[in-house]
Amino acid sequence: MARPADRSQRLRWVGFGLLLVAGIVAPFVAYPTFLMKLLCFALFACAFNLLLGFTGLLSFGHAAFFGGAGYVCGYVVKHWGVTPELGVLAGTAVAALLGFAFGALAIRRSGIYFAMITLALAQMVYFLALQLPFTGGEDGLQGVPRGHLFGLIDLSDNLAMYYFVFALFVAGFALILRTIHSPFGQVLKAIRENEPRTLSLGYDVDRYKLLAFVISAGLAGMAGATKTLVFQLASLTDVHWHTSGEVVLMTLLGGLGTAMGPVVGAGIIVTLQNELADKVGSWVSVIMGIIFIVCVLAFRRGIVGEIRALAKRLGIS
Amino acid sequence: MEIFGVSLQGLAGQLLIGLINGSFYAVLSLGLAVIFGQLNIINFAHGALYMMGAFLAWIGLTHFGINYWAALLLVPLLIGLLGIVIERALLRWLYQLDHLYGLLLTFGLALIIEGLFRYYFGISGESYEAPEALRGGVDLGFMFLPLYRGWVVVASLVVCLATWFIIERTKLGAYLRAGTENPKLVQALGINVPLMITLTYGFGVALAGFAGVLAAPILQVNPLMGSNLIIVVFAVVVIGGMGSILGSIVTGLGLGLVEALTRVVYPEASAVVIFVIMVIVLLVRPAGLFGREN
Repeated sequence: MARPADRSQRLRWVGFGLLLVAGIVAPFVAYPTFLMKLLCFALFACAFNLLLGFTGLLSFGHAAFFGGAGYVCGYVVKHWGVTPELGVLAGTAVAALLGFAFGALAIRRSGIYFAMITLALAQMVYFLALQLPFTGGEDGLQGVPRGHLFGLIDLSDNLAMYYFVFALFVAGFALILRTIHSPFGQVLKAIRENEPRTLSLGYDVDRYKLLAFVISAGLAGMAGATKTLVFQLASLTDVHWHTSGEVVLMTLLGGLGTAMGPVVGAGIIVTLQNELADKVGSWVSVIMGIIFIVCVLAFRRGIVGEIRALAKRLGIS
Repeated sequence: MEIFGVSLQGLAGQLLIGLINGSFYAVLSLGLAVIFGQLNIINFAHGALYMMGAFLAWIGLTHFGINYWAALLLVPLLIGLLGIVIERALLRWLYQLDHLYGLLLTFGLALIIEGLFRYYFGISGESYEAPEALRGGVDLGFMFLPLYRGWVVVASLVVCLATWFIIERTKLGAYLRAGTENPKLVQALGINVPLMITLTYGFGVALAGFAGVLAAPILQVNPLMGSNLIIVVFAVVVIGGMGSILGSIVTGLGLGLVEALTRVVYPEASAVVIFVIMVIVLLVRPAGLFGREN
């Protein structure tokens, strides 16, 4: 008879295997474009969760990395003619660098100030995106070509594009899983639970926070750069603080500090937006606000967190 | 006479605009600081309530014939009442939790309020005419001062200083300050701390409503006017630190002026200058200009 820990491990891998298969067959069941959007936001939310869920840092400025990387990727692909994978790489790298700068500043304060600082810094990026000559101002960067992957595979085909996005998502998700289960990830959790104690145990808390911030920003950038390729557009919406709020909501709704939570949360929010946007217009914002309040008041563990708690009570895992 | 290639008149005009923006920064950051002191919550809905203040003034004038002066009194009261309802119904469940949940909940509130106003009023904006007594202006010799703009600065300053006086110089203020330091002990001394917290939130958001009414005749009354402002105010709060009332007022006004000067010298940077200053302050003095390290 397997020990419970082994069993829950095995259950988890079975779950991930099933999801992998689901991801592979999904484009034959649903619209690839919708799925690609969902995957981009899911990766974005997972990256964000690394910071809020596993390190306990609330960044209210992640749109800067998501949207900023989108602009960088769009620019190098459109104007320098580089291949899409290099475009995504460039976006990721710039987002990670930006994350290093923002992180280094923001970790000088903690808690609520941290959130306000990241928000203000991200707003600066928003104004830059609005004013700089290469971003296209209000219109954004339009007509970004998807190009040929490695110069070979034509990504203008939606199915090919989907598998490219899916591969990027799996890579990003695997990196996050690896991170949270590594000794480094354990230190992050320790910081979340009790920062002074972690510090007194001899860990250089600021360095850990900064590295977590950089990884999170880089992956958020990867998601944003990919989204630019999917929609062939880098827009102001992606750097706006609304997007920073959305990613918080996705993570909160799905379950803070759970591996799958952000994916579930992103799925629900993106579906809601898709279904509601043309029917109810501004009410989307109201509905999101209501979900926010309900989550904070009554549902802080999020969907996956609640399922996990239920499973624990029933003795399944 | 020219300074920075702008006429003295132009410069004075820009500085006046800076002073007005600075007054709004001061009133709003003051409200945030007062609320934070008692509730340990950063009120993200502050900008939305400021916007609501401006809209209520406009609705009052166009639909109910309530004039500016009445609105200046009624609207903050209404917003304050709404704040009391918000605190009693929602915020009070969060005091035992991480402060971040307060930020998230008020962010949700901001989304709801902004979404509702966008739905009913669109984003084109409405204009609100200044009251008769404050139209026109006076010639000061070196510049022409539109009366209403002068009034905004004076009224904001008076409200700010009155708030400072109440908190720092009266018995009620002493209770508030004691409540900030040690709510349990204050409660043990027989003071109704939950009531004090509720009223504080009401008062803090009433300040935002007041700023909204003041802003209505100057700016376009627009559902998005609050959210754009509140992020700048957050930066102002980080720069000033929330430790001191006078600090908030001075920082707010000062940054308004700096922003105006930037608009004269290098207009492209005027939207980001406050954020740049925030970065510098974080590097040099992380606790903020008037903040206390804790």
